Amino acid sequence: MAAFTVARSSCRLLSGLRTSFGGLARVKHGVVAAAASQTSLQQHSRRYAVGHLSVHERIDKKRKEALVGGGQPRIDAQHKKGKLTARERIELLLDPESFVEYDMFVEHRCADFGMEQDRNKFPGDSVVTGQGRINGRLVYVFSQDFTVFGGSLSGAHAQKICKVMDQAMMVGAPVIGLNDSGGARIQEGVESLAGYADIFLRNVLASGVVPQISLIMGPCAGGAVYSPALTDFTFMVKDTSYLFITGPDVVKSVTNEDVTQEELGGAKTHTTVSGVAHYAFENDVDALLNLRDFFNFLPLSNQDAAPVMESHDPSDRLVPAMDTIVPSETTKAYDMLDIIHGIVDEKNFFEIMPSYAKNIVVGFARMNGRTVGIVGNQPKVASGCLDINSSVKGARFVRFCDAFNIPIITFVDVPGFLPGTAQEYGGIIRHGAKLLYAFAEATVPKITIITRKAYGGAYDVMSSKHLRGDVNYAWPSAEVAVMGAKGAVQIIFRGKENQAEAEAEYVEKFANPFPAAVRGFVDDIIEPATTRKRICRDLEVLASKKQVNPWKKHANMPL
Amino acid sequence: MAAYIGALSLRRLLVAVKNASLPSRWQVVANSAVSYSTVPDPHEKTFDKILIANRGEIACRVMKTCRTMGIQTVAVHSDVDASAVHVKMADQAVCVGPAPTNKSYLNMDAIMEAVRSTGAQAVHPGYGFLSENKEFARRLAAEGVAFIGPDTHAIQAMGDKIESKLIAKAAKVNTIPGFDGVVETVEDAVKIAQDIGYPVMIKASAGGGGKGMRIAWNEEETREGFRFSTQEAASSFGDSRLLIEKFIDNPRHIEIQVLADKHGNALWLNERECSIQRRNQKVVEEAPSTFLDGATRRAMGEQAVQLAQAVQYSSAGTVEFLVDSNKNFYFLEMNTRLQVEHPITECITGLDLVQQMIRVAKGYPLLHKQEDIPIHGWAIESRVYAEDPYKSFGLPSIGRLSQYQEPVNLSNVRVDSGIHEGSDISIYYDPMISKLVTYGATRAEALAKMEDALDNYVIRGVTHNIPLLREIITHPRFISGDISTNFLPEVYPDGFKGHQLTAGGQKELVASAAALHVAAQLRSQTFLGNLRVSNSTQERRRWDLCVELGQERHPVVVSRTGHTYTVEVGGDRLEVSGEWDLASPLLPLKINNTHRMLQCLSRTASGEVCLQYMGTSFKVRVLSQLAAELSSFMPEKVPEDTSSILRSPMPGSVVAVSVQPGDTVAAGQEICVIEAMKMQNSMTAAKTGKVKSVHCKAGETVGEGDLLVELE
Repeated sequence: MAAFTVARSSCRLLSGLRTSFGGLARVKHGVVAAAASQTSLQQHSRRYAVGHLSVHERIDKKRKEALVGGGQPRIDAQHKKGKLTARERIELLLDPESFVEYDMFVEHRCADFGMEQDRNKFPGDSVVTGQGRINGRLVYVFSQDFTVFGGSLSGAHAQKICKVMDQAMMVGAPVIGLNDSGGARIQEGVESLAGYADIFLRNVLASGVVPQISLIMGPCAGGAVYSPALTDFTFMVKDTSYLFITGPDVVKSVTNEDVTQEELGGAKTHTTVSGVAHYAFENDVDALLNLRDFFNFLPLSNQDAAPVMESHDPSDRLVPAMDTIVPSETTKAYDMLDIIHGIVDEKNFFEIMPSYAKNIVVGFARMNGRTVGIVGNQPKVASGCLDINSSVKGARFVRFCDAFNIPIITFVDVPGFLPGTAQEYGGIIRHGAKLLYAFAEATVPKITIITRKAYGGAYDVMSSKHLRGDVNYAWPSAEVAVMGAKGAVQIIFRGKENQAEAEAEYVEKFANPFPAAVRGFVDDIIEPATTRKRICRDLEVLASKKQVNPWKKHANMPL
Repeated sequence: MAAYIGALSLRRLLVAVKNASLPSRWQVVANSAVSYSTVPDPHEKTFDKILIANRGEIACRVMKTCRTMGIQTVAVHSDVDASAVHVKMADQAVCVGPAPTNKSYLNMDAIMEAVRSTGAQAVHPGYGFLSENKEFARRLAAEGVAFIGPDTHAIQAMGDKIESKLIAKAAKVNTIPGFDGVVETVEDAVKIAQDIGYPVMIKASAGGGGKGMRIAWNEEETREGFRFSTQEAASSFGDSRLLIEKFIDNPRHIEIQVLADKHGNALWLNERECSIQRRNQKVVEEAPSTFLDGATRRAMGEQAVQLAQAVQYSSAGTVEFLVDSNKNFYFLEMNTRLQVEHPITECITGLDLVQQMIRVAKGYPLLHKQEDIPIHGWAIESRVYAEDPYKSFGLPSIGRLSQYQEPVNLSNVRVDSGIHEGSDISIYYDPMISKLVTYGATRAEALAKMEDALDNYVIRGVTHNIPLLREIITHPRFISGDISTNFLPEVYPDGFKGHQLTAGGQKELVASAAALHVAAQLRSQTFLGNLRVSNSTQERRRWDLCVELGQERHPVVVSRTGHTYTVEVGGDRLEVSGEWDLASPLLPLKINNTHRMLQCLSRTASGEVCLQYMGTSFKVRVLSQLAAELSSFMPEKVPEDTSSILRSPMPGSVVAVSVQPGDTVAAGQEICVIEAMKMQNSMTAAKTGKVKSVHCKAGETVGEGDLLVELE
């Protein structure tokens, strides 16, 4: 970072030129409407101020400087890396002309290592903050500016972020962070660390109050990674974003591992291996446009209902394809996504973590325009069993939905928890409990459809009637039982001959929806084609559901 | 109808009532003008129960007539077909084995057992499978069950291409010069080919439908053709015998439908022109042919009847001819079964061929005389296949029909299919989705209807050949009737590339995509009952967009009045209006007052729209001006270098792998052979190089896109 600071002083020489024409070139996107309106005022004031700049001229100059961040060469460098600037990102993310910027005049306060010099001060410092609208709905945004000191976090930088977060909490609106930062501002030392902590605290306090989304659009390393980790969703951009505690050099010196940035903390790693990130987009433009789409699923705060959008898909649409989707052989796989796409509005399903723990599918969709959270076992991958990763993935998603008034629809086809030493040593008991905990604790409307297998403890976990499922359906192909016929017969009729006959008897008795239906553990056995119609009707009924958990300071989930 | 019901027995009445209450498309078809008439004579006793030894559309087609005739139906099916349409449609269904056809639909023992257990009095074999299997006909006859088709004798005589040619010659039917005998070895093949003179056609003696058939222009191709045809013939028909004949360059394929009874009467029901073919499989058929005059038609018809009578043919059959540019016609083969493309004959003659086959099988004489057989109007049939038309005019594709809507709401459209939304198109069976038939008083009317029907046909989940079909039926050469069996390779020498947009078409497509984008944008700002939404965005009236189509970027300006969008593109103003139902797969638009039926195949949040326009799907990207400008900074992602890897172009099974890691291969050298839908396809190296690794072995099943071999 120090080397970087030295290097950047040379480019500062160009800054005079930049202000005169380079800066104007960037202004044309009209990020700040206010800047444009300053022009007429400034012309007025010029008549009175002779010799040195009037206040209006100074305002204008500062604003212009703020708009070009670290200067045109740095902007060009950013573009060359295939990345957009902090302001371009905001402009693309928000509705046209809706951005209202805060703290454009804030500068860093560091007085060491020559940082106090004028050429090392940038109006707004290394982050752009404010609020605006996405499809007309309020959102608070901060966008780290890599062109200013590599987007490094100074005390002022942190303070700007804290300000928008505080206000977002107060009015009840989501916060979107666009991360592109080299890390702490080393020149500021502990002030920078304090800044991180201030943000972490706000992330934690805002958790469950307003949705928080992080979009990693460049490096995010060291302590900085914990802010995205604390937010509800972490999205990444392929090839240009990295998240890690320590970079490849430190890794090499400590553990002697050779690893590239991309392997260590690239989008692919975090969306397929570590499960740190929830989705990877192709590039900045793709990410921001998709984020707008994603935002439409979310309520503004925990006090607001999940949004209901105009839908063209009839709520009573029958889906005949559902009748043949579950194969007649119980061991044959099918794609749970086919069921989800068939049932939700307009086949529009925003899958969260599509490449991680693929044996469970989670994501957002709409039913008759209403946002719903969908959880489904995926028979296509590992038979749809529950294991450590899928339990954690499911649990986190369920808790988000519950916190933000989003009804949960669960499609069950689960043969049980994955057995084995790897799972037991890894703590499947502890991790599996998280999913159980999340479903049990949730008080939002919960609708469950058992499409095929619902075996053993996994049956209980998957939003069963016993965990306060509001409406639980079974398809005719459902089998609710302690285990599959073969295993059950081996235990019940241990040592007896004629296992085949016993198996047939077990199948006849248990491998169907009746044992659960006669006990009222499923509310109805429905024709698959009618599933969409039933869910839409139930959601309307459950819209006014009120359920409160006992008072507690906070629960003690098995972390 | 009332009198007809009155005369029915009680059981028939019940069946009729059951039919009447069926709200399915079967009724729609029966009511439309494209229909044949199946008016059964209530006094004519027929079978009580018929088993249909087939699957898919043809099984459904046969059952439909059975129903109207008041006959109970029995379906047979493999285990993967347990919930297939033909099974649901039948009164009874019997599983005859696992998925592979030789264990189910070709499993004679199981089918015979099904006949016995259900007490079916007759069996309709459809086409393919056991339809031309004399052994099957013989076994049925031995048990006193009627085979709805010709006698064993006729099947045998016509089923063997060598024997059939001899019989045809004797019956004074024009035949193609060739070698009338079985070719034993490669050397024989080469010698015979030289005697006849190139080009020659090598084909399976027992074959049909283009399987086991190769054309050779030189000695090398003869050797290769002999090898492939032998293998294909063995796997498809269990009979590897081959024959060789002169190949007639640039011919038309015109066939005569015949119908004969067991009393020596035979009729010709006019012709069907089936010249549009790819790899000897028919794609588009029509009746009548634009090419035949009355005299030629009669001459062909009479020869066809002569042949039928020479083998004491009974039931419906088809005599195929090759017709050269001078209207000389040569006998090709006789298909002793109901033909796939029989619907177009039904359309122009008004006869129900299935009903006639059933009557003949029951022993009744024909009701019609030759002079009663009309040509009413024009009928076109397009075979809608689950295949990728961009690869050799169609390589099989498989998948699940996630969305499926037939254009049966249009008048004069008939769709014969045996699948529905949710059905699987599997590697085990023929990839045909349906036969789309349109009818008109004139050819032009029928063609216009076909265009409309193809545009309204919704198929999602599998790749289909509608782009190709629509291009064929709108091609000037096709419209003028200037076609031959080489139509496709001649018109598309570099392979089919989809619809080529004109400048006007490009603007229409760009304008439609831009208008759709704005309609979707506006809806994404429509929150119901939410008070915390700013309404300022709703007031927007103008959108500056950039539409990317192929390599080109079109700046457009869109403005809106109600449901109409005015799009300025390239100096033109286009008015695009529609319902803008964003949930519907169909996108009916009026563009400058012209109706266009587009389809929205997909739409993403990042502006990518896939639209089907003129049958072909186009990828378009619609971005705001700002996003388009900023997109220029986005890095190009380098696509995978595909010249050094060989991926399976279709799902199928690996028949043979000819290379090992370390081998050096030349560009164009065969690397492995994939068999799909009973066709063997040779996979060749795209460049010269060394084999790095082999990821498949003989006998394995591979999916589309699976890595087969990597070169260094």
